[in-house]
Amino acid sequence: MAMPGIADAKLAPGFADPGRDSQRVFRAALAAMAEPGRIATLDLRLQPTPPLGLAQSALALTLLDFEVALWLDGPVAPAADYLRFHTGVRLAARPEDADYCLIAGPLPPLSSFKAGSEEEPEAGATLIVAVAGLLGDGPWRLKGPGLPHEGRLGVGGLPADFAAQWAQNQRAFPRGIDLFLCAGSRLVGLPRTLTIEG
Amino acid sequence: MPNRSKVPTPPAAAPGPGREAAGDARQEWLGVLARARNADLQMLWRDLPDKPSWTRLRGPESGLIMLRGRLGGDGRPFNLGEMSVTRCSVRLGCGRVGHGYVGRQDAWQAEVAAVLDGLLQEAASHQAAVAGIIGPLRRIEQDRRERASRQAAATRAEFFTVARGEA
Repeated sequence: MAMPGIADAKLAPGFADPGRDSQRVFRAALAAMAEPGRIATLDLRLQPTPPLGLAQSALALTLLDFEVALWLDGPVAPAADYLRFHTGVRLAARPEDADYCLIAGPLPPLSSFKAGSEEEPEAGATLIVAVAGLLGDGPWRLKGPGLPHEGRLGVGGLPADFAAQWAQNQRAFPRGIDLFLCAGSRLVGLPRTLTIEG
Repeated sequence: MPNRSKVPTPPAAAPGPGREAAGDARQEWLGVLARARNADLQMLWRDLPDKPSWTRLRGPESGLIMLRGRLGGDGRPFNLGEMSVTRCSVRLGCGRVGHGYVGRQDAWQAEVAAVLDGLLQEAASHQAAVAGIIGPLRRIEQDRRERASRQAAATRAEFFTVARGEA
């Protein structure tokens, strides 16, 4: 029950109402994956813990538990104690061992994350990435399951070759990784089934 | 091993900023708070002067934990059963974080235990919390234990084995 090595000084409150709030965030995450490219705004009483943004904190508190491994990139590493305290999550030393990855710095190549296997594609990693900005009417043209018409999206702060990396990720289907992009309290889901052009 | 359940060991040194050194004492007061009856703690808490302000970090929340035991020649662990636990973590106004655990569903006691854990870690409030809460709880617990022992002793039956004449 005790969690050795958690520094008390860094602890901040989690959800005000853990049961209901995590259900609402889970519903928003589900909707984001079901309608790729649609920007959702979370309306929550949650004190975001720097360096995590509100949507990143909320997704992490909702999706993580003691059965999964989490990798944090450099800029969000200070959030480790906060997330271990509230979720009981295990920390992975390397991105390829992690089920979930929280990223706020430059996005590492998508090939450095766990993509699952043909037998267990659900073992692919889910990335929760902080980006500089989300634009509902951007240069990307989105196609795929969940989109009756072509969707549009603009994202600031991703690597220049992201579209090429994403095409690679999509070719590996059913293996692959899924992405949540977060900017402040806004989030958008990019499931591995999504085709991005432009 | 000394029987610590019968004679509660008093805190060895004055706890405070040196948290790690006070590990045993903290374990002892957390045990006292966890075993205390709700009514006893309510009474003592009401009479405690200078209650701090605090914010909840987590909980109070109730859940089940799996108890594991060891048995047999090789001492392999097995799952004994689940028990209810209520836990709470708070941050006091001074910044100190306290944790409380109670072995039943009791949100109030878990929260107050967490607040008291914070007060007891803080050198400035340690003595008052020991005098007002922990000391009396220790005495109540010991009285209860001795009463139960006396009742058990009064009904003790002595069995003698009469040596059988073999020849």
